[in-house]
Amino acid sequence: MSHDSTRISPAPVLAPGTLGPEAHVMVGNADKFINWCRRSSLWYLLFATACCGIELMQAGASRYDLDRFGAVFRATPRQSDLMIVAGTITHKMAERLVRLYEQMPDPKYVISMGSCANTGGPFYKDSYCVVKGVDLLVPVDVYVPGCPPRPEALIDGIIKLQKIIDQKKNFAAKA
Amino acid sequence: MEPKEIFEKVQARFGEAAVELQEEGFRPAFLVVAPEKVREIGRFLRDDPAMKFDSLMCLSGVDYPDRFAVAYHLHSLAIGHRIGVKVYLPKEAPSLPSVDEVWPAANFQEREAFDLFGIVFEGSWDLRRILLPEDWEGHPLRKDYKYPEFYHGIKV
Repeated sequence: MSHDSTRISPAPVLAPGTLGPEAHVMVGNADKFINWCRRSSLWYLLFATACCGIELMQAGASRYDLDRFGAVFRATPRQSDLMIVAGTITHKMAERLVRLYEQMPDPKYVISMGSCANTGGPFYKDSYCVVKGVDLLVPVDVYVPGCPPRPEALIDGIIKLQKIIDQKKNFAAKA
Repeated sequence: MEPKEIFEKVQARFGEAAVELQEEGFRPAFLVVAPEKVREIGRFLRDDPAMKFDSLMCLSGVDYPDRFAVAYHLHSLAIGHRIGVKVYLPKEAPSLPSVDEVWPAANFQEREAFDLFGIVFEGSWDLRRILLPEDWEGHPLRKDYKYPEFYHGIKV
């Protein structure tokens, strides 16, 4: 049996300056491209320590479907770009949180979800064991208020984070 | 069994170690017993065929202005009655025998009382902090506890 019929015919010769169907070249802004890649695959580390974790699961499940923004959960920090701190962080947990954050590859982002992670929430006054805000431990990009925030609020936070990533300049000249 | 009968039974067996019966305003009624006898009394309450207190529902520490207390809530699944046992301890170096060989469930609760009140349970098979980090200083549920300013460089 001859294979000739299945062969792709050679590309037609085009006049210089014209783009044919075989031309796999796209000219654009590298910053925009890299930022588009990064914001479209925000895999997040599951870090659910309190009731915010329930809303986080809800946001990831089929009704709110966080996957459509490219955000899927990972159970290991090695594969994560984003840490969603969903819940109360105690001083005992703080050490583990910082270790997990340090294990994430760069570039990495943090969303502080809910009152407890933002400020200590209901434990702000008179608590010896709760860290008064996760920003005392790791740099936070987006704060999502609420106790706990609804999935819509978390999705809004992720979209805000995508807008932040969109503005990053990866090739800016060093001052 | 009525609390009065239980108290009389314990008193008949242990004499002075059964200090008093607190009935008014308490539910269940509490037997106040001497700290050094609490394990023997616990075993007696568990094994006596008329009482059979086989379940330790709760073990709590209490910080009163002048003394500490440990309260045990007992329930009998076989008979369906319940009773409390209470032990008063001095403010200085509170300690009493552990009951974890009578009710193994006591271990976690004793660790919690040790962690938050600093009450030492002698003879416990594993007395460590359970909620706070191992290197935490002080016992936070004591009334005279002073909050630390920093823990591992993080503001408390």
